[in-house]
Amino acid sequence: MDARPDQVASNNRILRQSALESMTPAVSLRSVSRHFGQVRAVDAVNLDIAEGEFFALLGPSGSGKTTCLRLIAGFEQPTSGAVVIFGEDATRVPPYRRPVNTVFQDYALFPHLNILDNVAYGLMVRGEKKAARHQAAEEALSLVALGGFAGRKPSELSGGQRQRVALARALVLKPKVLLLDEPLGALDLKLREQMQSELKALQRRLGITFIFVTHDQGEALSMADRVAVFDRGHIQQIGAPQDVYDRPETPFVADFVGSSNVLPSNMVEQLAGQSVPASLRPEQIRLTDTDGKLIGNVIGSAFLGAANRIELDVGGVRLSVLLPKTAAVPDLGSLVNLTWDDGALHVMRGEHV
Amino acid sequence: MHSKASLGLKITATCGLLFLHLPILLIFVYAFTTEDKSYQWPPPGFTLEWFGVTWNRPDVWEALGLSLRVAAISTVIAMVLGTLCAAAVARFKFFGRETISLLVILPIALPGIITGISLRSAFNIADIPFSFWTIVLGHATFCIVVVYNNAVARFRRTSGSLVEASMDLGATYFQTLRFVIMPNIATALLAGGMLAFALSFDEVIVTTFTAGQQQTLPIWMLEELVRPRQRPVTNVVALLVVLVTFIPILAAYYLTRGTETVAGQGK
Repeated sequence: MDARPDQVASNNRILRQSALESMTPAVSLRSVSRHFGQVRAVDAVNLDIAEGEFFALLGPSGSGKTTCLRLIAGFEQPTSGAVVIFGEDATRVPPYRRPVNTVFQDYALFPHLNILDNVAYGLMVRGEKKAARHQAAEEALSLVALGGFAGRKPSELSGGQRQRVALARALVLKPKVLLLDEPLGALDLKLREQMQSELKALQRRLGITFIFVTHDQGEALSMADRVAVFDRGHIQQIGAPQDVYDRPETPFVADFVGSSNVLPSNMVEQLAGQSVPASLRPEQIRLTDTDGKLIGNVIGSAFLGAANRIELDVGGVRLSVLLPKTAAVPDLGSLVNLTWDDGALHVMRGEHV
Repeated sequence: MHSKASLGLKITATCGLLFLHLPILLIFVYAFTTEDKSYQWPPPGFTLEWFGVTWNRPDVWEALGLSLRVAAISTVIAMVLGTLCAAAVARFKFFGRETISLLVILPIALPGIITGISLRSAFNIADIPFSFWTIVLGHATFCIVVVYNNAVARFRRTSGSLVEASMDLGATYFQTLRFVIMPNIATALLAGGMLAFALSFDEVIVTTFTAGQQQTLPIWMLEELVRPRQRPVTNVVALLVVLVTFIPILAAYYLTRGTETVAGQGK
């Protein structure tokens, strides 16, 4: 909800430009579908992720984002379509031969190995000598600020520390693409915010492609260079956080990413003459004494600290409006006139929620 | 939660335990008696003679050898099939999964006599002569259950993402089996194997139906009891059987104890 797109916007543009310059995408899904019986978990998804990008797969649970990640990792085989990694068709390549590594949601640390051997595992199965792999593991652990924990067992670590171990274990193999499945989901709020900036800094330092799955729009918007919004197996929109937030292409994106008001097409036809749904951000609506574009009945209000939010009923459509703290909050049941600047009303593709 | 037990409860519990275990003690005592025709109480005297006699009886060795071989091979079969079955049931969803799970457990729920009769008639119909292998087959039916039960519980508690993590880090299927799956299920397998061994070693009912001329140790004991000579030899053998079956069960208990911190469960 509290997206802070501005702070990453400038950074995004630079990265997006460099992404366009490099011709081969790091990961490319070409009309990939994964069906489980009747369920179309992923349905004809096309996606290009550039090298060095911090990319978010965002969507509610069951939207297909995790299946997409698992298709890239190789744990799932597409029902149809192709998974291409750095220009090579990886559709039938087993997970252990893909240049990608995963940080699992439950971290999946090996309980019978200590932290050092957990991190060194990937090098061990590659046949690296003990001294060499332990040294590399030590370096990876210090990268995630866990230098002194080598001898401990995973059960002796906190959730945040386990996550760093999982990160070190994946990074020690120097993957070209790092996949993160709800990386911050199991952490508490404070730790989550700290890890957000650490992950971002780490990605910038290492310069490798990060693809992460999240259902938290705030997390996606603040961390990612680009976001793909998933709903029911389809990608609804791909774009920079600012684009997705300000210019949602479908009512779903408007509602899920921006918590924006979605005006149905008949209402938009009266307002703008087009029979398509439109998004109208709550903070862009103002109350006015005269010449309102719409009239609404106040049915609820909430104090949010920095602002007040009021809920309105406009001819059966529920709208929320963010009022600056200085503005007076109208009484429940009163009728108010609503207006907004031209251009605030953003028309979308026809598809309805 | 710990409140003091009343005197009545203590007495009742003591009596119950004595009732259960005194007869076993009695068997041990008779292994040392000097009287060999009948079980006379109190024993007229004590001797170690019967251990020597037992040692020199070839039929004891034959029966013991057969029992050990049957138990060992049944256990190996059970460990391979039980583990594979447990892995399939715990890891994958497939048509008939619950049925298979039930069918595997059925032999231990069925009375041994039913298993025995059905196997015997099956062998007859298929024209399979009774042999060492028919005994092994009969024993394997219930040995698989013990291994399966132990393994399936451990598989369920071992997070599936461990396997994926291993493959993600570059390990092949075989390496994953060796470095991740085996260390995590080893104690459960060992415990299951030991229980299976102990079960097979002292099995009578199914063996009666599936054995030909061979005598496993428990069957030999049963036969021996009706013969009036050198009775304490049976008791010496009984002592042996208790040791052979008790040690693995105890070991299995210690192996699976203290595994509350479960593989891949903690976050």
